[in-house]
Amino acid sequence: MSPAGRATLQRCLPPLVGLSSLVLILAAVEILIRVGLINRFIVPLPSEVAASFGRVIVEEDILHRFLLTAWECLAAGILLTVFGIAIGALLHRVLLLRLACETWVAAMASAPLVLAYPLFLALFGRNSLTIILLAFVAGLAPVILKTIEGLSATRGVLINVGRSFKLTPAQQFWKIYFPSALPTIFVGIRLGLIFALINVVGVEFLINFGGLGQLINDLAERYDLPGTYAAICFVVLVSVVFFVATERAERWLTSAA
Amino acid sequence: MADVGRLTRAPARAGRAKPWQLPVALLRGAIVLTALVAWQIMAISGWFYGDVVPTLQLIGAALVKLLSTRDFYWNLWVTVDEVAAGLLIGGISGLVAGLVIGANKFIARAFEPYIYYLGPTPKIIFFPVMIMWFGIGAGSKVAMGAVSCFFPIALNVAAGMRQIDAVLIKVGHSFRANPWQMAIKIYMPAMRHPIINGIRLGLGVALIGTLLAETKISNRGIGFLVIQAYANFNMPQMYAILIVLFVLAIGANTLVARLGGLDTVKSR
Repeated sequence: MSPAGRATLQRCLPPLVGLSSLVLILAAVEILIRVGLINRFIVPLPSEVAASFGRVIVEEDILHRFLLTAWECLAAGILLTVFGIAIGALLHRVLLLRLACETWVAAMASAPLVLAYPLFLALFGRNSLTIILLAFVAGLAPVILKTIEGLSATRGVLINVGRSFKLTPAQQFWKIYFPSALPTIFVGIRLGLIFALINVVGVEFLINFGGLGQLINDLAERYDLPGTYAAICFVVLVSVVFFVATERAERWLTSAA
Repeated sequence: MADVGRLTRAPARAGRAKPWQLPVALLRGAIVLTALVAWQIMAISGWFYGDVVPTLQLIGAALVKLLSTRDFYWNLWVTVDEVAAGLLIGGISGLVAGLVIGANKFIARAFEPYIYYLGPTPKIIFFPVMIMWFGIGAGSKVAMGAVSCFFPIALNVAAGMRQIDAVLIKVGHSFRANPWQMAIKIYMPAMRHPIINGIRLGLGVALIGTLLAETKISNRGIGFLVIQAYANFNMPQMYAILIVLFVLAIGANTLVARLGGLDTVKSR
């Protein structure tokens, strides 16, 4: 085999093995269910799950649900970007405030804030606002922390260049600090968006309201097993695509910086 | 509860940080006081529906009542039990998966993408499946905790395994260490921080997974108490439970980090 062919084989073989293993596991589950070793009223046939994708997409108005979930994520994303960067910049600018509050923000990142969803339900009602605000609160801490980290890592020589041009504080921020910190800030925004997506879908599922999360709850309550599994696969697919897209954007931004 | 980065180092050096301590403490006190006063004004202003924002006295009384009832500690124990079982099952599976993936490049390239991309998905959507498999009792909550913590632990262990200094491994081989000695004397000490970090992250998500499952369908545990307080519209009790829960979660997170020496790593 030529070196190029060997390199291609080395590159493609592991993903192929991974994919084949997945297919083999699904085939084994299909066989075990068909011979009665796994109860089909607990685990549906993988072939039934695959066949129910079309039904779920058409009958359950999945496009509308997807758009609703996407809108809630987008709204939460905009909120956490604007407030996260603003609070991060403020904490970076006012040292005393940063020393007083940064540990609190870090503690907030480790608190299970999503558990407060009944509180948000009582405060704002069972609607999209509750979901958006909860996703915003859950995703805020990483944006703040990464903004502080990015702004603090601005190279001294760049700051001195700004000073030598007698830039105003606002110009210094927008022309020096912000572009320099942007890749790190984006890492925070990406983390915040992932938290937002997790919380949006999770709260939709828990309060049985909204888009894709509610779909899973609906199908499970109807005991539509193949549909439930198909909807779960769909949500997993959406979150993987979302994760990959934000990861690519982060890589592009980091390489461009 | 993800690893969202490190606290940036304050500009003042440790030895010279003392002049900041008093102003920082005063500012913190002022912020807390302002927040409490603002809360009290909101509570007595009538801007919100009755009881949605209770007064500080009511929340304080609910907190005292909560902490002095046996029922709370029993439910807390149930949750701790479920989280611990979930962490144990998910942690051991994650550790094994991480070790296997981290030790073998071929296996890593074949299977790590699945773990990497499944990691950030919302795990609560698997709860209907867990109910089918393990019933509506503690089993489904333990399973939620285990599924939640498996991914961060596996990914951290795999990453930690790859970061071990090659010199340390060579030293082990040059002393003709057997696989067990290599694991105990070289790999595990070198991977202490990634493992502890994985457990810290895993603990956080296992707690969230278990508690959310308890709020969805359960008749015991802290999650059940939260949703019961909501159902009875007992807002002071709900605030009290959430305060205790957040304090416990943040405390557990800090404790694991301290025990594992992560705080010293971060400040280096």
